[in-house]
Amino acid sequence: MVAIKIKKQFSIVSFGSLKAVDFLPQSVEAGFQSIFAPCPLMLSDLAADYLPILLFLGIAGFIAAAAVGLSFLLAKQKPDAEKLSPYECGFPPFNDAHAKFDVRFYLISILFIIFDLEVAFLFPWAIALGDIGMVGFWSMILFLGVLTVGFIYEWKKGALEWE
Amino acid sequence: MIIPTFLTSLLGPFLGPLAWMVLKIIAIILPLLGAIAYLTYAERKVMAAMQRRRGPNAIGPFGLLQPIADGLKLLGKETIIPTGANKLLFIFAPLLTFTLALAAWAVVPFEQGVVLADINVGVLYLFAISSLSVYGIILAGWASNSKYAFLGGMRAAAQMISYEVSIGLIIVTVLLKAGSLNLSHIVEAQRQGWFAFGLLFPMFILFFISGLAETNRNPFDLPEGESELVGGFNTEYSSMTFALFFLGEYANMILISAMTSILFLGGWLPPVAWLSFIPGFIWFFAKIALCLFVFLWVRATLPRYRYDQLMRIGWKVFLPLSLLWVVVTAGYLVASGTLPHTGG
Repeated sequence: MVAIKIKKQFSIVSFGSLKAVDFLPQSVEAGFQSIFAPCPLMLSDLAADYLPILLFLGIAGFIAAAAVGLSFLLAKQKPDAEKLSPYECGFPPFNDAHAKFDVRFYLISILFIIFDLEVAFLFPWAIALGDIGMVGFWSMILFLGVLTVGFIYEWKKGALEWE
Repeated sequence: MIIPTFLTSLLGPFLGPLAWMVLKIIAIILPLLGAIAYLTYAERKVMAAMQRRRGPNAIGPFGLLQPIADGLKLLGKETIIPTGANKLLFIFAPLLTFTLALAAWAVVPFEQGVVLADINVGVLYLFAISSLSVYGIILAGWASNSKYAFLGGMRAAAQMISYEVSIGLIIVTVLLKAGSLNLSHIVEAQRQGWFAFGLLFPMFILFFISGLAETNRNPFDLPEGESELVGGFNTEYSSMTFALFFLGEYANMILISAMTSILFLGGWLPPVAWLSFIPGFIWFFAKIALCLFVFLWVRATLPRYRYDQLMRIGWKVFLPLSLLWVVVTAGYLVASGTLPHTGG
């Protein structure tokens, strides 16, 4: 039953050249080359690489949920109004805590998006630099230069200050 | 060899390998949970020794059962969900934090070929998972509907994303040297010399300090500066929901140490070739333990930063420095023709 389920699950997935048939088992008796066999389910490479991660996430999530659930069942739950009120200095809180926050947090998140995007561009460039030659090198330096100008502008404008 | 074949013959060609995979995952998670538990013990013992105290010594020989006693105590506590809280997100946040802290280990190579998922974008996966862990913290702060938790969550999120930028740039310098995103290849690229010694030495230091900030550890533990924010984002949490945040933080410490070992300290490689009779995973664990010790050492030694100082260092020192070093590393490697796979 589970085998059929897995087939179905993976037949939906298709990345570019990979077809649903790549995910089906090709030979039943194929053994394991090593303890950590790279392709244990005879799936395509992509599925074989990422299935353990998916399983890992599932098991880790299950352990976390089981711990919370177990504690909820084992411990005596005896809530009352005082116990459940938010932590304050003796008064009940006057208003909702989600009301306002400093605009600088917002600024930080915008700056983060700019620079994280830059890092996302740098990752493939760093891997391919040996193969793309001087043109590739100088185009990225130019790009970084433009970003640096923007960074200096932010700095001078005081966007990075927290006084 | 015997177990997977046995499982396959017992459960069939699909369930057998699947069961074997689950066994491997459990073989990673269980020791990891043990390591997290005993890291809390080690922290208390190391800090006690540095402050000329004894540390936990009541439960079990040398207090060795202390983490288990702590865990059982937390298990027996009442799970409190505050009245104003968004109940679903309030419970979901610690689950997310803990799951992500464990999930990163799916791609960590313990020794040559000993890795659960040997994906070719391992570094990217680690980077993505550590970025996602911001969500757990900001959700916890928001869902609690408490001033202190909210402020703590905002601070923690701003701090983590600030230092993540420089961590990303530092990883780029390593990628330039290694020429691969696969963690095993990055380790293998260090056979000629660890990246920590040489051109990337400043990045090694920067990476470790950013790691302290990324895991919200001292001297950057602003999110839980108890004199101003009580407990930070986990103020309202109790029982196992609190424990999951706590365990997640320590799991992240171990993860950052493992990343430092893989990216800069040669992973499972021995420091000198003639020491290679000692198995690789022992070297790997020794390096992780060394990094973790420095984590604890820093905590016992340094006072906490102020928040504006923290942001200043992140944006005005670490970011320009790591950006500069990306250019310097790339320029040096191109000029000297020592880039990996040049002309390939």
